[in-house]
Amino acid sequence: MPREGILVSNPYTRITDEQVQQIHRASLQILVDPGLICFSKKAAEIFNSNGAEVAEVASADHPHWHIKIPEKLVMEALDSAPKTVKLGARNPDNILIMKGDEPRVYFISGSETNIWLDVDFPTYVKKSDSSVEIKVPEFHPRRATVADLCQSAHVCEHLETLDGYIRTVNIQDADITEDNKDVNKFFASLNNTTKHFMSGLTKLEQLDNVVRMAELIAGGKEALKENPIISFITCLVKSPLQFVADTTDTFIEVCRRGLPVVVSSSPQAGTTAPIKEAGIMAQINAEVLAGITLGQLVNKGTPMLYGSVPVRARMDTLSDSYGSVETSQYNIDCVQMARFYKMPNYSTSGVCDTKIPGQQASIERLFSDIVVTLSGPQFLHCAYGLLDCNAVFCLLQAVLDDAHFQMIKFFLKTPRINQQELAETMKQIREVVATPQKLYIGYIRQVMRSGEISQPYPFEGDGESDDVFALAHQRMNELLAKPVEHIDPDTTARIFKEIPGLLPRLNVYRERKQI
Amino acid sequence: MTEDDIIARLKENVIQGRKTQQDEGIDEELSGTPGVVELIRLALEKNILPEEIINTLTAGMTVVGEKYSTKEYFIPDMLASAEAVGEAMEILKPILEAAKVETKGKFAIATVKGDIHDIGKNIVAILLKGAGYEVNDLGSDVATEKIIEFIKKENPDYLGLSALLTTTMTEMGAVIEALKDNGLRDRVKVLIGGAAVSDEYAQKIGADVYCLDGFHAIKVLDSFQKVGSS
Repeated sequence: MPREGILVSNPYTRITDEQVQQIHRASLQILVDPGLICFSKKAAEIFNSNGAEVAEVASADHPHWHIKIPEKLVMEALDSAPKTVKLGARNPDNILIMKGDEPRVYFISGSETNIWLDVDFPTYVKKSDSSVEIKVPEFHPRRATVADLCQSAHVCEHLETLDGYIRTVNIQDADITEDNKDVNKFFASLNNTTKHFMSGLTKLEQLDNVVRMAELIAGGKEALKENPIISFITCLVKSPLQFVADTTDTFIEVCRRGLPVVVSSSPQAGTTAPIKEAGIMAQINAEVLAGITLGQLVNKGTPMLYGSVPVRARMDTLSDSYGSVETSQYNIDCVQMARFYKMPNYSTSGVCDTKIPGQQASIERLFSDIVVTLSGPQFLHCAYGLLDCNAVFCLLQAVLDDAHFQMIKFFLKTPRINQQELAETMKQIREVVATPQKLYIGYIRQVMRSGEISQPYPFEGDGESDDVFALAHQRMNELLAKPVEHIDPDTTARIFKEIPGLLPRLNVYRERKQI
Repeated sequence: MTEDDIIARLKENVIQGRKTQQDEGIDEELSGTPGVVELIRLALEKNILPEEIINTLTAGMTVVGEKYSTKEYFIPDMLASAEAVGEAMEILKPILEAAKVETKGKFAIATVKGDIHDIGKNIVAILLKGAGYEVNDLGSDVATEKIIEFIKKENPDYLGLSALLTTTMTEMGAVIEALKDNGLRDRVKVLIGGAAVSDEYAQKIGADVYCLDGFHAIKVLDSFQKVGSS
């Protein structure tokens, strides 16, 4: 049985059907005029051989091509792109089935930050009364390591609402190089979670190594096709409207292998996209359509997600303002565009602008989590632990976010109002009104234990004390202490034998032997 | 059913908060089996001593209290058990009176004049009954004269007054003044509670104690018992 996620029965829509059509038509025009600049020779050749207008632009440093994609190619690609995408998992119960026309939301982590945020709780003594002590959370940023990636995968495995795992941090250990980064991030993640794993690729040359690793875990080439336990994110189009050489080449190779891939674009309104909603929407939609078209030309039927990470620029720093309200508006518009094309949508919410967990973090992330979820994207990423405009990951925040999603999922449960429920409760009403106490408490207890009643906030302190961080930290440590199902010893041995560049310390069986 | 079975089931049904055979309780397995009321009647038929029955009820409530303090149980569970025990005490009342066994005390409770909000008062009444007090619920929107009349006639040990509104809480002071005017103030301890009132307000109007909720009221009353017995 695949994971259930949460089905949004009446998804929120922001733009009208006519506005969806207007954006679609504007995007098709953009793909022809001005078209795209392409820095990938492979992509230019593919477009050229399939009837797009491709013109080489002479440049000594960076050879590139000017590409105009006709509507016909786009519509054929939209036709051949699968409308249902399956993302596999080591544990079959964690498989995700995403249908483009079904607003079933899966909540996923994200998204390769350089910085990991540690927390501790030093004690402070009151100046005027030294008998009064309080513990205050302090946050310490540092460069992320492969051990952090293992820890976050481990905790994410146990977060109830989290449906799939995108690598959270960029591993920067002294012994991690550009050559061994991919195999180590894939192994560290896959070995610590049985949920679906998605990642970008640092080096195209490592693609076959990570695919081979996934085949060994899944049980072979065919088994991986049937149960794609890994998938890839590619931002092949850099805004505005430029196919980047390395990511586009990676994208082409992923498509050739038929593995699920996200065609993602992340324009910033105000800098790399127009500040007006109509403008950023027409552009991002054109960029994603260009990627989908290329992918389907490479390998018809490649499973793809319509990937959208539109943001507004912060006016003070020009960094990505995920906390701004417009960012949620753009994301919801993109959900509607993807649904118009009947393709599953990879959307974004939950990242905040502030640097540390706290009130601002909770307000910003909960706002976007609620509104974007209500629009019904299939794959809602970045939703756990991300701070500082997507520059920092904090595991404690991920645990706090799980509590937010518990509330959102509960809120979205289908209402149970029908004749049988009404008849039962009307019987109760008549009985209770006839009693001296007039209390319905006698009917609450089994309901209370059936999951029909929402749970109180799990990190509530006693009395007036605010113990949210301390209790969430305690929960985080409990989850870290819970075992995870690692890849079995034989498969691990084969992986370490066949895949070059893996760090020996990631082999849990080897370490146990040493002990 | 043997006597041991009856006692064991009685305790379990107090823990489950099943007053009668119809109550759902927590474990579905008990559905349709005798509840506290049926088991008490059975126990009396089998001539089990009232003291043993009361000890069993108390042992069940102790478990309920423990489960509540460890957050396994919540207020509805506590109330269900207390209500079951309260009902058991009603059945045992004539037998205990005949045997001259004293209850923990007589408690009159009312929501004061002008205030019809009685949820809190009802919950307190159920909890106190379950804790072994003989509770007389005078109702809501009760006129001061009616309260005075009851105290004169029934001579309760305690009077609990409840008010939700700031506009009605002044009526509590009026009741205390009327108790004084009728020479009854020293005969009854006055406990007040409700969202509008506080410890300070209790002191201001001359009540004996302010109770935050029903659980606090039980603690306060039990502390009076200890003082009385020492």
